[in-house]
Amino acid sequence: MAKPTRGFLGRGKAARDPRLPPGQYDAGDQWPVLTAEVTPQPDLASWSFSVEGLVGHPTTWTWEEIHALPGSAYSGDIHCVTTWSKLGVQFSGVSVDTLLGIAGLEPAATHVMAFSSTGYTTNLPLADVTAGRAWVVWEYESAPLPVEHGGPARLLVPHLYFWKSAKWVAGLRVLDHDEPGFWEQNGYHDRGDPWLEQRYQGD
Amino acid sequence: MTTGRPAGDPWQMATVTEVRPETRTAKTFRLTLPAPAPRLAGQYYVVRLTAPDGYTASRSYSVASAPNDSGEIELTVERLDGGEVSEFLHDEVVVGDDLEVRGPIGLWFVWEAQSPAVLVGGGSGIVPLMAMLRLARQSGQSDLLRMAVSVRTPDDLYYAHELPGPETTVAYTRAVPPSATRHPSRLSEQDLAPLLLPDATAFVCGSPGFADFASGLLLGLGQPVEKIRVERFGPTS
Repeated sequence: MAKPTRGFLGRGKAARDPRLPPGQYDAGDQWPVLTAEVTPQPDLASWSFSVEGLVGHPTTWTWEEIHALPGSAYSGDIHCVTTWSKLGVQFSGVSVDTLLGIAGLEPAATHVMAFSSTGYTTNLPLADVTAGRAWVVWEYESAPLPVEHGGPARLLVPHLYFWKSAKWVAGLRVLDHDEPGFWEQNGYHDRGDPWLEQRYQGD
Repeated sequence: MTTGRPAGDPWQMATVTEVRPETRTAKTFRLTLPAPAPRLAGQYYVVRLTAPDGYTASRSYSVASAPNDSGEIELTVERLDGGEVSEFLHDEVVVGDDLEVRGPIGLWFVWEAQSPAVLVGGGSGIVPLMAMLRLARQSGQSDLLRMAVSVRTPDDLYYAHELPGPETTVAYTRAVPPSATRHPSRLSEQDLAPLLLPDATAFVCGSPGFADFASGLLLGLGQPVEKIRVERFGPTS
């Protein structure tokens, strides 16, 4: 433990929610917006989501087609590397398992690169986006996901820091190796587990 | 990729060597680093406060000073009501205190004074842009850079004595200084059009609302979307 900061008492362990990973605070009703690029204009008519790369059946869904898939919801917490967390939030959309199941993973597949309409990318091991751990979501608290938070649809990988939950997601590229995405090339950790405080490279 | 990171423990204990007000709600903290590292204009440091019981609170703050060999950095911090870290820094920290920091961090919102840049800042969003302006001036490359800052009133302008120059313009939205020729109004395409250098990368920093508004102005003036880099200062505290 670091030497205490002179005069800093903090908020005390009693007031600390056990759902908060180390170094995180509860943002309450706030939902900060932190993105590195221009917010795109949503266009549902041209929207699509693709699974490509090492799959048996590369597949692209339109907005209507992806809504026709079996729905799936997440209730729980999200954690941003900039130290805010939101507790007890709800998203709904479709499980990444469903999408990968339709496309059919090839045996050599080990990782995915999520990509967005803006050119943003983020890399994830397959194990972090399968077995009910990842979604493509278009509703937040039963309302359409706002564009500043990634709407019409974003990736949701809530057990990792939220830069992994790519806003304005347009697809997953299935790979047989790991390669760094946007923030991972720009100083952030390759995996980003909030409970291990994997914030930046070297953590 | 690990430039700017001391080996091993990324945290170091910096010493506060100067505290000075920028506005009624912003202070600049000069820190001396025991393990300074090369950095780029636009990067940030994380400040971590530790309570006697081990509880910690961390926030990221942009460096306002230009990259240099002094072993010092300057962080400008806006005091946010209820902001656990910013209130502590404003209300408790004095010269001589130690503060735990790590950095520099971020390789995207950075400018290396090698290509044209247009900087657009709103309010406290000026801070990382100031590091770029200072770098341009110190390295004699002001011709590569143009900067527009939007603030409500003259009292809200950071670095007010240092900012004026042929490469900078200030848009006051609510009240203007007596000498001003521009009426108080929102930042507009007219303000930005003269700043758009050919082939420039635009750096936009401010609140999410300001960032989207300013990005829209730049797009309207023909700035390519892939040449707009954005840093949104969320309402984090």
